[in-house]
Amino acid sequence: MTQGFSGKDSGDVTVAAIRQGDITIDDVRIHPETLEHQAQVAEQHGNPQLAANFRRAAELTSMPDEYVLGLYDALRPGRSTQEQLTKHAEELEARGAVRNAELFRQAASAYARRGLTAK
Amino acid sequence: MTQTPIGRFRFMDQQNVNLDGFATPDAELGLIAFDSPHDPTPSISIHNGEVIEMDGKTVDQFDTIDEFIALHGLNIPVAEEAMAIDSLQFAREIVDPNIPRAHIVHMASGMTPAKLAEVLAKLSAAELVIAMTKLRSRRTPSNQAHVTNRSDDPLLLAADAATAAAFGFREIETTVPVAGDAPSNAIAVSIGAAVASPGMLVQCSVEEAAELEMGMRGLVSYAETVSLYGTEQIFVDGDDTPWSKAFLTSAYASRGIKMRVTSGGGAEALMGGAENCSMFYLEARCVSLARAIGSQGVQNGGIDSAAVAGSVPGGVRSLMAENLMVMVRNLEACTGNDALMSESDVRRTSRTHPIFIGGSDFICSGFGSIQRYDNMFGPSQWNSEDIDDFLAMQRDWGVDGGLRTAQEPEVVRLRRRATEAVTAVYSWLGLGDFTSAWAEQAIDAAGSKDVPDSDLMLPLSASRTILDTNVTMLDVITALAETGFDVEAERCLDMLKARVAGDYLQTAAIFDEDMNVLSLVTDPNVYSGPGTGYRPSEKRQQEIDTIRQQKSVSDIRNEQATFVTDDLRVLGEAEVSHDPRDVVIGVSPATGREIWQTLSGISVSDALRELLAGLEEEGCVGRIVRINDTVDLGMVGLQAARMSGSGISIGLQAKGTALIHRRDLAPLANLELYSVAPTLDKELYRLMGINAGRHAKGATPEPMRNPYSDEAIEARYHTRVVGLVAIERDCSSSAAPETMEVDR
Repeated sequence: MTQGFSGKDSGDVTVAAIRQGDITIDDVRIHPETLEHQAQVAEQHGNPQLAANFRRAAELTSMPDEYVLGLYDALRPGRSTQEQLTKHAEELEARGAVRNAELFRQAASAYARRGLTAK
Repeated sequence: MTQTPIGRFRFMDQQNVNLDGFATPDAELGLIAFDSPHDPTPSISIHNGEVIEMDGKTVDQFDTIDEFIALHGLNIPVAEEAMAIDSLQFAREIVDPNIPRAHIVHMASGMTPAKLAEVLAKLSAAELVIAMTKLRSRRTPSNQAHVTNRSDDPLLLAADAATAAAFGFREIETTVPVAGDAPSNAIAVSIGAAVASPGMLVQCSVEEAAELEMGMRGLVSYAETVSLYGTEQIFVDGDDTPWSKAFLTSAYASRGIKMRVTSGGGAEALMGGAENCSMFYLEARCVSLARAIGSQGVQNGGIDSAAVAGSVPGGVRSLMAENLMVMVRNLEACTGNDALMSESDVRRTSRTHPIFIGGSDFICSGFGSIQRYDNMFGPSQWNSEDIDDFLAMQRDWGVDGGLRTAQEPEVVRLRRRATEAVTAVYSWLGLGDFTSAWAEQAIDAAGSKDVPDSDLMLPLSASRTILDTNVTMLDVITALAETGFDVEAERCLDMLKARVAGDYLQTAAIFDEDMNVLSLVTDPNVYSGPGTGYRPSEKRQQEIDTIRQQKSVSDIRNEQATFVTDDLRVLGEAEVSHDPRDVVIGVSPATGREIWQTLSGISVSDALRELLAGLEEEGCVGRIVRINDTVDLGMVGLQAARMSGSGISIGLQAKGTALIHRRDLAPLANLELYSVAPTLDKELYRLMGINAGRHAKGATPEPMRNPYSDEAIEARYHTRVVGLVAIERDCSSSAAPETMEVDR
């Protein structure tokens, strides 16, 4: 039985339970361990990049939607200074999101070199 | 002074294909399919496990695309070996059925964009087809539909989504003419899809952040409009970088939502930023980047810029090679055939056909299942008017293009239920109320022009409410269940639970109608020559083979039975006449028994009346005699002539074919013949009567001419001819010739 992000078993997520208001969106969100499992499947099927994506995704599962959307916006061209990108990386690291932190560090360096940081 | 071209060229200039633009290749503008002189030579240098040089650029010269690919996109342990393989040799391995797919994708994972571009450019059109058959990720092919309309009408969207599912599409992409309508569209399409089938994937294409937000609320089940470009300038113009796209890709996966990226040759040239490179090389960068950011799949093959690729030599081949490149990168291929790339039906069919035969994860990344005018992505390569063509093509080639025939009564039922479900949910959630007149119009509509009662403000206000009150798919499921749409509630819930399980995040995943995930993992494509790879199941082959228009002999017999009359009857055994004015009209065995209407749509009785009247005009006496022992018109005519006092006869098959015969001629000879029965009218039968009369009197009449037609008469009637001849054969016997009469 697969567990949702909240820990609720997928089998307990029924239409009847939804009608009673017992189900929240977190019950039908993916669990980071499930993403890790999918990462292993992707690796076994010749796609380590897809696996890496699932592992970055696993780190984001616990973050609120707005925060995730905010991080995406910060990575868009010209939105952030190099310092801001580095700061995001530190924050992510503090949350245990080391892979995403690495992504932000790379972006900070690449954007600075290519003139894609905020003016 | 310009001279007017000669008629031959004036005529050619008027053909549809000449509405298309054709460009003189120009590498400086990126208007070149393959091999721009500015495309780099493939190369790689690796030091301490890191790429320090790639495709002619050192690290300090890398743009962000190079850098991301170098950091994430290449399988470093295999790269040096892969780059050292002779490109022609690898191209041959790609089409060699004895070299497994696994080996190809493994070696390709170490190849740079320029290397893979060099390899795939070596494949001919026919080789691309075989390579696609062998290398796509998922064994079972599928197809994606666009479902949109000009008014974002939720009832019509739901009805059309249900219809698309009925026709076999497994993915539906919607979008909006009015940005604010997006949440309403997403809900309407999801409900309509759920009415028709479990496991329908639904997306609503809007701006990246807005699309993600709808995904987070569960209102859509996959995303596709995540665009990649092959040059940094155009990438940044699109308000993204490889890093933001990589993050976005993970954001989708973090909510358990399937996602693929979009790219396509010609996009950079169209936006004036191709950096002198060929379309195919730039697309090779996109596909490498797609793999590098961890996307499970790519929608490419030109997409919005397909016509740009189509304007240059080899451009259409390059579009297919792009798709193949996605497969070689071990990703899901959603193979274009999306935006309309030509005004010519011939060209657009030619562009799609090799992919259709080769088979891909999604043949079309947007088959316009709705009217062209309702397609808010713009008209597609294939549109609702082409669905029957596509089904016929599947049947012709025995190919699974992902579609199936839907029967009209079932589509009516689904469209009705879809409108009822949306009406109930919108009402329950307080999103809006629909009138029954509106619903009835939507059920019947071929497109939004047939729904004058739709309220353009409703989708917008519904969408505001959805956003303001934070409506999620859980609320939609509650509303469905509360209003009696239990099956649909379960199906929508199954789509939410699919994202908890995460199996459909794997490469090339779709759901079958039993909610099984079909993907690279669960349904891998293994092709090693004839007899291997995808073969439709018996049930699926039946779906492909059975289209609603097909007719059997019994269908034709039943159709003829509706034309039975009592104005044609048998009088008794026929005798030989010695009256020189006597002209026998020999009719075939099914006349007056089972065949009552000729192929031209006039009744057999009317044809006989005209023949008799024509003979009368010439002072002859016509006599109808049914020849029972042969279905061959020549023999019918000859036997009739031998019974005829004048020695002249008319032979008439009940299907309408007619000739004039003379008793001393060979059976297959004749004096005059109407061979094209479907084009015959009463006047022509009258003329045949007159001419037969003149022959009887020893005159030489001016021969009749078969009417000319440039229609595909044979395509229209030959199946019917086969059926009618079979009926004639069933009616034939050794019975003696019989005299018949027809009421005048």
